[in-house]
Amino acid sequence: MAQITLKNLAHSYHPTPKGEQDFALKEMDHVWQDGGAYALLGSSGCGKTTLLNIISGLLRPSQGRVLFGDRDVTDAETAERNIAQVFQFPVVYDTMTVRDNLAFPLRNRGKDAAYIARRVDQIARMIGMETILDRKARGLTADAKQKISLGRGMVREDVNAILFDEPLTVIDPHMKWELRTQLKQLHREFGHTMIYVTHDQTEALTFADKVVVMYDGRVVQMGTPEELFETPAHTFVGYFIGSPGMNLLPAEIRGSTAHLQGAAVPLGAAYGPISGRTQIGIRPEYAVLTEGDGLPIAIRRVEDVGRHRIVRGEVAGQMISVIAPEGMPVGSALTHVRFTPDRINVYADDWRVAPAEGAV
Amino acid sequence: MEKTQNNKAWFLVLPVLVLVAFSAVIPLMTVVNYAVNDTFGNNQFFWAGLEWFDEMVNSQRLHDALGRQILFSAIILAIEVPLGIYIALNMPKKGFWASVCLVLMALPLLIPFNVVGTIWQIFGRVDIGLLGHYLAKLGFDYNYVSDPVDAWITVIVMDVWHWTSLVALLCYAGLQSIPNAYYQAARVDQASRWAVFRYIELPKMAGVLLIAVLLRFMDSFMIYTEPFVVTGGGPGNSTTFLSIDLVKMAIGQFDLGPAAAFSIMYFLVILLVSWVFYTVMTNLDKEEGK
Repeated sequence: MAQITLKNLAHSYHPTPKGEQDFALKEMDHVWQDGGAYALLGSSGCGKTTLLNIISGLLRPSQGRVLFGDRDVTDAETAERNIAQVFQFPVVYDTMTVRDNLAFPLRNRGKDAAYIARRVDQIARMIGMETILDRKARGLTADAKQKISLGRGMVREDVNAILFDEPLTVIDPHMKWELRTQLKQLHREFGHTMIYVTHDQTEALTFADKVVVMYDGRVVQMGTPEELFETPAHTFVGYFIGSPGMNLLPAEIRGSTAHLQGAAVPLGAAYGPISGRTQIGIRPEYAVLTEGDGLPIAIRRVEDVGRHRIVRGEVAGQMISVIAPEGMPVGSALTHVRFTPDRINVYADDWRVAPAEGAV
Repeated sequence: MEKTQNNKAWFLVLPVLVLVAFSAVIPLMTVVNYAVNDTFGNNQFFWAGLEWFDEMVNSQRLHDALGRQILFSAIILAIEVPLGIYIALNMPKKGFWASVCLVLMALPLLIPFNVVGTIWQIFGRVDIGLLGHYLAKLGFDYNYVSDPVDAWITVIVMDVWHWTSLVALLCYAGLQSIPNAYYQAARVDQASRWAVFRYIELPKMAGVLLIAVLLRFMDSFMIYTEPFVVTGGGPGNSTTFLSIDLVKMAIGQFDLGPAAAFSIMYFLVILLVSWVFYTVMTNLDKEEGK
């Protein structure tokens, strides 16, 4: 096991990249702590899988180095890196039995038979397949096959890291939850570094200690689920995390006030001069409907999602979402919306701006 | 309202029935007719029963031809199948060179059979053929006209040249359908090259490979044109395969009765083998879909 360091890493699928737009992965430095449970979150095509394949050595980066501990493994083969990886779609060896499938990575590494048998039984119990160990893998359902893939990923105890590439896409919701819990438990038990790629925020937030959000080939933020929620470093994080995502409103920032089409919104802190396109971001959870305090809102739609209602309305020409807690009546008397000042984040050209130091 | 019963729709299948009757049933029945009769021309037939079948089953000439035929099919399958797989595994997967390879591989398949025969007939000649001439220059005593072994080698190499592409292209198609994740998983699992072939590539190719073997077996078992053009079945009878022998018997000697009996047995053998292949193939599919 080792800490995984990415140095000046970038990757392009073009043989001769001409500019930044040709890079699937923009230049980045990143450290994956030994034993961490990470989720790599982002929309489709943002470079998550590319990054994963570079770590596992399936892909050689066009520039930069990959270090495992102190060892430079940029040019090392996947097998040398001692990594386990589970893919999005089930990969099973059809002609082998379930048992042989699970034993395959161990046999290839020349482990002794008694150890393999013990380990395979253990994993089979974990994925709930101990009764069908002697069946051929061919003809099993997609989620059974994926469980075998997961099992093959976890069967080796001495791996440097286990990488999961959206492994639960094909699994039905109930089993999904159960497997995720098992992965989490496995992580606690053995302390492997785990990197879990997903575009499902619930999956990411429940699995990981640290969530890494990627957007357009870049890591835009790494943090705990709470940090991602409270202080998104990029508008994409605000929009992608949360249900619904953060409201973004174009505003002009002067000191500790934001001006939106004539209306003033107090901010929790003062800001220095900001250049670029400025926006304020406020989570629907921190917006409150009032009878006259705050900005005028024209309510367009109310969605009841069970625990609370999502109110969609127009503020200063922009659609925003507000969460109305259970029990609160939503009626025509509510004409305004108030944003909790210290929960407002300020963005310039999509990146979060920290409040000016020493300002009140 | 009463439903009218109208069976006129059956007339719609008439064109197909007529077509099949003329293309298959009537010719086959003619052959059956010849097989159980003796004829001296003038459309005079004398009932012979199973006499011709009896004669053919016990004919040394037919046994020899069948032996040569089986040997020929076995040899070309033993060469073309592994070679085809090997070529398919080593063909580029995509890009410019993949297209170039595909076109080059397809070329021999597009050449008419008698032209293939003619090409090799000339290619192998010792006096003017490129191959024959230079083999002679290198000191090989090569002459497919007089030496049975040389004749066999020529016919086999010709068939390999002509048909390996078919096996390779079918296997290539099978290989192309394997998602990249399988190869990646194999690398992560530290599988050897052999294990990748044995557990990933071969199982995925099994279906098309079976079709390739079936096609190659049937075609080689019925081979006529190419060896006929190159060697004419010689020297002696050494490259006289079943079809060539059959034509000699029917057209050369005008022994229509024995030839017809021979044809029917030949047909049944091929039908039997195809049926076996078909059964194996559908069983494989069933296992796949379980």
